[in-house]
Amino acid sequence: MNHQFSVAIGPVGFRIGSDWRAPIAQLETLYRAYPKPTDGVPDFTVRLFAARPWRRVLRPSVMIGGDFVLPEAAPLPLAQGLLAAEMGMNLQMALGQRRYLLLHASVVERDGEALMMTGVSGAGKSTLAALLSLRGWRLMGDEFALLDPETGQLHAFPRLVSLKNTSIATVAAEAPADRFGPLLEGTPKGTIRHFVPDAHAIATMIQPARPALILFPSFGFEPAARDVAPSEVFVRLTQASTNYVALGERGFDALTKLVTSVPARAIDYPDTASAIAQVEAAWAAR
Amino acid sequence: MALADDTVLYRMARAESLSIVHLDSFSAVYHRASGITHLITAPAPEILATLGEAGMTRAALLDRLARDYALGDADMDVLRERLDELVATGLVSRA
Repeated sequence: MNHQFSVAIGPVGFRIGSDWRAPIAQLETLYRAYPKPTDGVPDFTVRLFAARPWRRVLRPSVMIGGDFVLPEAAPLPLAQGLLAAEMGMNLQMALGQRRYLLLHASVVERDGEALMMTGVSGAGKSTLAALLSLRGWRLMGDEFALLDPETGQLHAFPRLVSLKNTSIATVAAEAPADRFGPLLEGTPKGTIRHFVPDAHAIATMIQPARPALILFPSFGFEPAARDVAPSEVFVRLTQASTNYVALGERGFDALTKLVTSVPARAIDYPDTASAIAQVEAAWAAR
Repeated sequence: MALADDTVLYRMARAESLSIVHLDSFSAVYHRASGITHLITAPAPEILATLGEAGMTRAALLDRLARDYALGDADMDVLRERLDELVATGLVSRA
């Protein structure tokens, strides 16, 4: 590939190769504070390539390749090359990660203990993680929680936070402009803007934390909260995991230990202030 | 049919092939032979605990469940349905 970039995010190393310079330049800018993979050896490789040779220049369209691919994935326009790279990195994790039980969740940490937030797309887990990271919490990740079956601890995976649609303005109102990537409009997920984790989150990203609370946030409802039974947490988290089945009994053991030892709450919230207040209340009562 | 049915022995899958974790009113069961996770609720955990690997007829099982778990409304037909479900998952076998 003509252009290359490598980066370590938490315990995982990536190499991204691209037919074009532009997505690599954006990655270099946004991931400038991140280290390189240990010993220079990446765990996963992502390739951004032209569907046909002439499509490098003529209506350039980016195909996502790598160690693991989704054959039916549609190409993206070059203007969304950064999104293609991020999707490619997520895809390698979702399909290839075997060391950790992968849960679709955002994670923040305070005083060495981790708060995990999971839910359907649009529930607000990325937005909440970004907002909490602006209020003294350490951002451990907005997309994947990495549960270590050996230790029961959560490892950080603080890649760029993918903010969508209205949450972009919500976070932009509180964070400096130089923490944001380009505005990507008309993507398959609507308008997306990447938010760079703060220096502390990056500097401490190899430090795991003990899970202390699991939250299921739902945006768009009147404030409400309820306990969630371990069996419901178990079912929801198997559905929120991309590699539960692949991990076999290691996944079963890790997940049953998590749901029987960590309390879980569902919170509904109509706005940011209510969300933050409910998170803090649930954290205090854990 | 009735006679044959009365002599059928039901056995729990080999204990070493199962990992059972009690969550709340549900138990999670990992079946090593198939790699499949099952979430079971009453009376399935009680049936597994009572059957053991030695095996038991349905009538004997019903008596034991009624005695040990006070399942006052236990019923042979309902028990047959639950056992059929457990046999389908591989957690119980018929001999």
